[in-house]
Amino acid sequence: MTMIFGIPIQAFLGQLLVGLINGSFYAMLSLGLAVIFGLLRVINFAHGAQYMFGAFVGYLLLTYLGIGYWPALILAPLVVGIFGMVVERLALSKLYSIDPLYGLLFTFGLAQVIEGIFRYYYGVSGQPYSAPVQLGGGVNLGFMFLPVYRGWVVVASLIVCLGTWILIEKTRLGSYLRAATENPTLVQAFGVNVPLLLTLTYGLGSALAGFAGILAAPVYQVSPLMGSDLIIVVFAVVVVGGMGSILGAIVTGYMLGLAEGLTKVFYPEASNLVVFVIMAVVLLVRPAGLFGRDA
Amino acid sequence: MTDASPLLRVRGLNAWYGESHALHGVDLDVSRGETVTLLGRNGVGKTTTLRAIMGLIRKRTGEIAFEGQDLMRIPLHRTAHSGIGFVPEERGIFATLTVDENLLLPPVVAEGGMSVEEIFDLFPNLKFRRNSQGTKLSGGEQQMLAIARMLRTGVKMLLLDEPTEGLAPVIVQRIGELLATLKARGMTILLVEQNFRFASRIADRFYLMEHGKVVGAFPVGELPLQMTRLHEVLGV
Repeated sequence: MTMIFGIPIQAFLGQLLVGLINGSFYAMLSLGLAVIFGLLRVINFAHGAQYMFGAFVGYLLLTYLGIGYWPALILAPLVVGIFGMVVERLALSKLYSIDPLYGLLFTFGLAQVIEGIFRYYYGVSGQPYSAPVQLGGGVNLGFMFLPVYRGWVVVASLIVCLGTWILIEKTRLGSYLRAATENPTLVQAFGVNVPLLLTLTYGLGSALAGFAGILAAPVYQVSPLMGSDLIIVVFAVVVVGGMGSILGAIVTGYMLGLAEGLTKVFYPEASNLVVFVIMAVVLLVRPAGLFGRDA
Repeated sequence: MTDASPLLRVRGLNAWYGESHALHGVDLDVSRGETVTLLGRNGVGKTTTLRAIMGLIRKRTGEIAFEGQDLMRIPLHRTAHSGIGFVPEERGIFATLTVDENLLLPPVVAEGGMSVEEIFDLFPNLKFRRNSQGTKLSGGEQQMLAIARMLRTGVKMLLLDEPTEGLAPVIVQRIGELLATLKARGMTILLVEQNFRFASRIADRFYLMEHGKVVGAFPVGELPLQMTRLHEVLGV
């Protein structure tokens, strides 16, 4: 059997793949958090709940309306995004003028309410949601067996992350967004409807969480707690990458996923800790995060 | 509306920063195509007057009408659409945007603005640096960019807050030429300026401010007569 660093190569690559898949979710979720924090200065504690909501939208569409995976891939982020925009308009926008802590507390409360509602109706056990037939089965890569759906997760998350990055860094709307992140008042004085921009941005961040949720539904089970399990790690990713840094969130997401995978190979006991250890080290050495600008 | 009515009309403008009452009933008019300068020492409310007109200070009372439209009632992002462009004292060039993106940032609010080519003809050095990060420009270039980006939008009036502050004499002269060009093209300008000599070359009229009020008004022709008083009030 081929060995690498004294580990069978299958096990090594297998864990690397698991790491890459987890990293795909970290990247999408921390990207959404970074987009929201960058412009709104709100630490969106409801992000995990919005991710779970996205997965449940897919599950409910299938269960009650017979709408399958592919339409749900569009509809879930749309529903979660619109929900986010309504929340921003009705509640979050009222909190911008006071201490940022209130935004955090509000989104934390919102997360509890959303999770509570789903827990009331569906308990804590997971609901199965199967991958579409087109993405079933697997491919033998020679050195390992790759389930097609897992490969798709990586590709889809790369596309979404790249698309979001292009939207923010290369388009007119993105330049409004970056400028408003620096000086919202001046951008508004130039005639840009900044309150609307804030609503759209919260919608975009929420939609990214919803997309990650529907993408995750066939991998993990659809459960009311799936978001709160993940979101703590994602916050660590955001801290490591640097609050509000778009590229930092994406790159750090994949990187920390891989680091976790590698730790599972070499020292499995530490695999749940490694992200937080990295976070602690980064905070000590570079408090602004790996990609953050020093404030 | 007749030509005799001013483009911008301000009456009894009061403004507050928090609890601090900064403007105490400012009255001023700016006619179409005119360049009007607010003079006064630091802290008398010149910048505050511009910011209150623009709507950047929301705690304000009084009347502000632009082309007969009441600016007191509209949200901040609609003020620019009525046809007023703002060039802040700190210039407000965005670090995360390139020169090009900074230039294209303010939305076009009316027809009749300059094209990007015309702007680059007027500011050739911006053209060479269009892909640079906005804040990598020199202070003078940043000031040019701050003015240039308002010219694309089709605004009829510019509020310019100390455009020569901290700039070398040769750059100050270039900005003076630029404002003269804009004036010749029919732009209306309300200018806050400490550099009295600079202002006297381009302004048609002056308002003198003290303690959050307008305390004097005179056309550029009366400048020699007003010198003694100006020395007294401005301390120049």
